[in-house]
Amino acid sequence: MNQMSMDVGTALGSSEAVADAAPKMTARNVAVSYGATQALRGVSIDVSTENVTAFIGPSGCGKSTFLRCLNRMNDTVASARVTGEIQLDGKDIYAPDMDVVQLRARVGMVFQKPNPFPKSIYENVAYGPRIHGLARSKADLDGVVEQSLRRAGLWDEVKDRLADSGTALSGGQQQRLCIARAIAVNPEVILMDEPASALDPIATAKIEELIDELRGKYAIVIVTHNMQQAARVSQKTAFFHLGSLVEYGDTREIFTNPREPRTKDYITGRYG
Amino acid sequence: MTERLATGAPTAWGSDAMQNRIRRRYRQERLFRGLGIAALALAGGFLLFLLTTIVASGWNSFRATEVQMAVTFDPARLGVDAAAAKADPNLLAKANFQGIMGDASDAQFGRGVRIVSDGAWLTLRDMAQADPSILGTTQTVWLLTTSNIDQLAKGAFDLTIDAADLPVTATEIALWKRLNSEGKLRTGLNALFLTGADSVDPELAGIWGALKGSFLMLIITLVISFPLGVLSAIYLEEFAAKNRWTDIIEVSINNLAAVPSIIFGLLGLAVFLNTLNMPRSAPIVGGLTLALMTFPVIVIASRAAIKAVPPSIRDAALGIGASPVQVVFHHVIPLALPGMLTGTILGMARALGETAPLLMIGMRAFLTSVPQGFTQPATALPVQIFIWSDNVSRGFVEKTSGAIIVLLLFLLLINGLAIYLRNKFEVRW
Repeated sequence: MNQMSMDVGTALGSSEAVADAAPKMTARNVAVSYGATQALRGVSIDVSTENVTAFIGPSGCGKSTFLRCLNRMNDTVASARVTGEIQLDGKDIYAPDMDVVQLRARVGMVFQKPNPFPKSIYENVAYGPRIHGLARSKADLDGVVEQSLRRAGLWDEVKDRLADSGTALSGGQQQRLCIARAIAVNPEVILMDEPASALDPIATAKIEELIDELRGKYAIVIVTHNMQQAARVSQKTAFFHLGSLVEYGDTREIFTNPREPRTKDYITGRYG
Repeated sequence: MTERLATGAPTAWGSDAMQNRIRRRYRQERLFRGLGIAALALAGGFLLFLLTTIVASGWNSFRATEVQMAVTFDPARLGVDAAAAKADPNLLAKANFQGIMGDASDAQFGRGVRIVSDGAWLTLRDMAQADPSILGTTQTVWLLTTSNIDQLAKGAFDLTIDAADLPVTATEIALWKRLNSEGKLRTGLNALFLTGADSVDPELAGIWGALKGSFLMLIITLVISFPLGVLSAIYLEEFAAKNRWTDIIEVSINNLAAVPSIIFGLLGLAVFLNTLNMPRSAPIVGGLTLALMTFPVIVIASRAAIKAVPPSIRDAALGIGASPVQVVFHHVIPLALPGMLTGTILGMARALGETAPLLMIGMRAFLTSVPQGFTQPATALPVQIFIWSDNVSRGFVEKTSGAIIVLLLFLLLINGLAIYLRNKFEVRW
């Protein structure tokens, strides 16, 4: 064990992985290809509400591709072809009768670069509930907006300027606004694609705290480049390399006692 | 160089070769700036020259000369019964006002000398209809002069050259000098130019007929090409699969935008007039033809505007469960609207200035009345300019420039509108 792995070891969060109840999402033997290029093969993973799941791996290893399969965002890429089976609550999300719009409301997503709509803070959060008809009245909608912003830890900072543009916030605030926007449609799963990679350390810390607070309410999957971050926020970790899932298990196990030599090499900083 | 790097010797910034290189670099920068400023100055100079020439020769078309004369409203000569006409002024509509005007002109300026415009009797009729009590009296009135007198009054002729070379007669010159010294001529606003339609007499010709024809046409063009163009652009950008077919459509649209406008005129002639038997010279046909021409411009501008919407916004909306149509209507269109509107308005400005296709569908007719609807014969502003510029009469020279001024003002207005709308709808990030 070298210095690097010691650092990661000390970064490990205090919370241990707990035994899963029924998994929220299950993926079996998922493969993705873009045209002739095989981006991902043979991935099988369970995602639960009790634990935060982190996907780690070097650039281009397929972790983001896999994440985007979980809410069918890959549908927007014309050349992408997904095989295998992904279930949400035991129902195949690639089944012909699955409504993609409803699926994406149940499986929310936060992107790498904060992408608030160029509208007011209020409108950013209210947009989702409005298009899904989740609020019955203006007061109801106000309540949803406030609750979502509170859960995203942003309410105290923006409550006096809800009419200001969402794009006028700082990068970290924008990202929390995006999380609030995802929470507002009351999803069951939240997918986060390197949510802190464009943020400074303080904003990153806030996002990580937030993820920890949201655990248990939503099944959270986070893709990250930052191994310390994976160690801090997750209870389950999946290591991807060259388009396949190398190892998947409890975060503590992966970081202190990886089974696969490739995982060990990556975690100890030999490549990646 | 590699040797220098290998030996690690410091770069000789002070050496002559290096100093020369630096001096050359500065010289190139100055040269480039100089060329840029020269190009701008040249373009500005040409623009200034163009505007000065047009305004100098065109501003007189907004003024008209009138002559003072005494006219006797003799009921017998007018061919009406004075008592009946006083009770019902409408009876005067067909009265012989040309007759009393001719009599007055013959008496005051000499037999057969044309000083008063042929159309000036309308002024007399309007006077009599407004106040029938003037029947049987002699009134002093200001009447529109012929174009020759008008041009003399505005100083358009060089009187130092031999009178035989001038388009005006010696009698006219002598009369003009006399009337001028008697104070019986005045030059004022030419209302007829802004409210009338075309005429064989320059002093009676107006721009409103052509302007209204252009308006009617542009309404048709906008109503057809804007929705079609924007919907095509949205479909191609946001929904259509990217394959060989969409490639072919894209190339076709780009080619369509580059097709010379006269070809669209031929298309309009073949399709709308010969096949669909629509009325000739009508604004609806002109509008449809121009819509065909404007459509690809709007598609291209709208596609560029849609492409410029960041994909992250689409991802964000899709990610919270918006349907593709909701993504387009709630997010993409509002962000792309300024670009779409700018492209549309610039396309409309181009359509406003288009002449060639309108010639093909018969919109160069000589029309003395203002068009009242989309299916009535009409002409358009640029076509009117073309027609007048062809006319040999001296009075039409200033009318041509006057019409150009009106056209340029409208183009300026439209482009100003484009800038205003772009700024109004632009979303600041």
